[in-house]
Amino acid sequence: MAPSASASTLGPRRAAILGGNRIPFARSNGAYVRASNQDMLTATIDGLVARFGLAGERVGEVAAGAVLKHSRDFNLTREAVLGSALDPTTPAYDVQQACGTGLETTVLVANKIALGQIDSALAGGSDTASDVPIALNEDLRKTLIRANNAKTTGAKIRALAGVRPTHLAPEVPRNVEPRTGLSMGEHMAITAKEWGVSREAQDELAAFSHQHLAAAYDRGFFDDLMTPYLGLTRDNNLRADSTASKLAMLAPVFGRGEGATMTAGNSTPLTDGASMVLLGTDEWAAAHQLTPLAYFVDGQAAAVDYVHGAEGLLMAPAYALPVLLGRVGMSLQDFDYYEIHEAFASTVLSTLKAWEDPDFCKGRLGLDSPLGSIDRSRLNVNGSSLAAGHPFAATGGRIVVSLAKMLHEKGQGSRGLISICAAGGQGLVAVLEGA
Amino acid sequence: MSDTYTQFVNSPVGKQVASRLGIPRPASLRRYTRGGPLLDGSVVVGGYGDAPLAKRVTAMLDAEGISTLSEVPASGKVAAVVADLSAATSPEHLETLRAVIAPALKLLSPSGRVLVIGASPEQAGTDPALGAVRRSLEGIVRSIGKELRAGATANLVLVEDGGEPNVDATVRFVLSGRSAYVDAQVVSVGPLEQGVASEPADPARPLAGKVAVVTGAARGIGASIADVLTRDGATVVCVDMPAAGEALAVVANRNGGSALQLDVTTPDAGLRIVEHARTRHGGLDIVVHNAAITRDRLLANTDAARWHSVLEVNLLSVLRMDEAILAPGALDDGGHVVVLSSMSGIAGNRGQSSYAASKAGLIGMVEALGRDGELRRRGITVNAVAPGFIETEMTGRMPFATREMGRRINSLAQGGLPVDVAETVEWFSQDANAGVTGQVVRVCGQSMLGA
Repeated sequence: MAPSASASTLGPRRAAILGGNRIPFARSNGAYVRASNQDMLTATIDGLVARFGLAGERVGEVAAGAVLKHSRDFNLTREAVLGSALDPTTPAYDVQQACGTGLETTVLVANKIALGQIDSALAGGSDTASDVPIALNEDLRKTLIRANNAKTTGAKIRALAGVRPTHLAPEVPRNVEPRTGLSMGEHMAITAKEWGVSREAQDELAAFSHQHLAAAYDRGFFDDLMTPYLGLTRDNNLRADSTASKLAMLAPVFGRGEGATMTAGNSTPLTDGASMVLLGTDEWAAAHQLTPLAYFVDGQAAAVDYVHGAEGLLMAPAYALPVLLGRVGMSLQDFDYYEIHEAFASTVLSTLKAWEDPDFCKGRLGLDSPLGSIDRSRLNVNGSSLAAGHPFAATGGRIVVSLAKMLHEKGQGSRGLISICAAGGQGLVAVLEGA
Repeated sequence: MSDTYTQFVNSPVGKQVASRLGIPRPASLRRYTRGGPLLDGSVVVGGYGDAPLAKRVTAMLDAEGISTLSEVPASGKVAAVVADLSAATSPEHLETLRAVIAPALKLLSPSGRVLVIGASPEQAGTDPALGAVRRSLEGIVRSIGKELRAGATANLVLVEDGGEPNVDATVRFVLSGRSAYVDAQVVSVGPLEQGVASEPADPARPLAGKVAVVTGAARGIGASIADVLTRDGATVVCVDMPAAGEALAVVANRNGGSALQLDVTTPDAGLRIVEHARTRHGGLDIVVHNAAITRDRLLANTDAARWHSVLEVNLLSVLRMDEAILAPGALDDGGHVVVLSSMSGIAGNRGQSSYAASKAGLIGMVEALGRDGELRRRGITVNAVAPGFIETEMTGRMPFATREMGRRINSLAQGGLPVDVAETVEWFSQDANAGVTGQVVRVCGQSMLGA
């Protein structure tokens, strides 16, 4: 049972999570193929504004971001605010921390609220893998810049003469780590093999994710958390009838040989979507007749050196957790709910194994004893990314809002742990407390 | 979807064509704009005997700066004619009605108003002459409605014993552009349990400070109701199914209230509506039950599931929600419930047995609640609006011929607009109209269907 300490570790003033909004997530190049990040973020903000009656109001600030971002979206969040029903004098900024973006923005605005710099905020993110930014070939780009800077016509023509047919092929964003050339799935496959995560365990986790998400929809859990968009009313990656045996029939897509356990079913697909969280002080909430669902208690980031092979790409949250637990004075078992982002089923399972492993905890985390196991019946109880899909910057907001509602239903003082890994070898963990 | 025929025949070219060919020219109707005058022109007011209500109407119009005449002018138009027959005791006295109204009809402005005020036939006791003269007014008004031209309407207001002080809101509604599509209707105004109906502090915003809930607010008539109630000062909670959330957010945001995504058929829908309105907005004054579905099919081909789904959404859920809404401490005393019925529930419609069952059922519910002593004591009114042919997305999808016929078989020769239904809902939501309860008013332009 969680300790009864109710003050956050951030100070006397704490940020309450009042709710949020997201749009259903769609597999890329499907229902949302023509939606831009700005479209989705604006629609998500407007649905939140309608739900909480904030039309024409200025909130303290709006922080959001997108991972796959057009250069024209340099002011993405601010432009979304200007296109929304919020007062146009609401400040906004963009944040990018790969898949950690949605949670990082929550931490950032919660900190500002705790420090008394703002009284209310929206935090979240959007991502589309359909409407991808395509860049010019690097040589062509440099040639065009030279031609533009050339002072005489003759010099311009000479610059342009350097263009070759191969320069005309555009650069499409590649889903690989720049310094290793490996995709995230390929990195994860290495880690999964190291930890001996079985195919069966991954498929079982994936099936639970779908079944639990479907059950949550059926009982109306999302009725006040989601606004439909472009004809979708549910995440369209959801397969309510998923079972481990059906998932067992899929061929591996990452890794090689008999050690290859990662399939399309136990990995998240490329997805489009957006989510936003509404935070505020108790006073701001009361002034707007809103009831806090949960409080933001604390958060911690970590990063690992995956480039030189010191650690797996997606293992950073494992390092962040003990620092956070130490600060909030809790053990790993003290939580009512665990929300671990299912980048891949093997990510969750590797992380849990690491926390149970004495050598890892002693050698890598510097702890006297392992952090231990968690009660699996408290993990991702309403489904998570494998079922809902994973628009990179939208996942943090999805998890924060759902967990806040779950903690509110559980009761005052209940505690939840969030763990999210991110490309670039980073990770974020956070603790929320039911209000 | 829109009535291009009416638009055409009212255009400069269309006018000529229509009059040459002698084809019907439905008028462009005068509609209400906020802050606009009640009427544009003078009003002829007359009545039989003491005609106490004629005096009251004259005083009301004088206060608004509208000139009243006891006789038709030698030249020029009149915006309205009002005849008070409430003091009549025998059919001979109907001559007064003829004498007041007949000369005015030729001089009536386009979108003019004929208002007959009488006493309630139900309160005539056993006096046959009294019963006869009071009841005859309805036949007269309905016939006048079928004779009027250029968008003019005729309506009858019956005043029950003790109801006189509460009649102003209804008289204003009938004379104004808000009742553009209300024609040949009979409204009864009665007394309150205590006191008299109160006038709003700001006549341009009669619903200021009120909290209203509108179900089915994401589109169509529901969205228009949310817009009109907001225009007149209310804070509106817009309710619709989660699946309609995208459109609902748009309506809620442009009106500044809040959106509540809720399936009205869930068992606790009423409680959730009350809780949302009271905790978020500090009260609950007006509830508009507008959410409804159609599942049209000949009764001969209707199965149990299809039958049930329509009754469930349109009627059963309303009865359930009202249990929570009308419980003490939920809807504020002096509050108003308005229900959307339909011409289909009154006249029936081929293939709409289930829909008509639910819409007629709502009328029965409203009439029963109108008789409820406890609600009367709390000053709560319950009324129904029954729209006729209204230009919406739904009617826009009808086959051309059916739609053309549907919009022409009424005295105004055109379909109504969602705002016409919304204005009638708004009138039922006013505290000044507390004397009207348990009533059904059609917004149908005097449709030829049904009586």
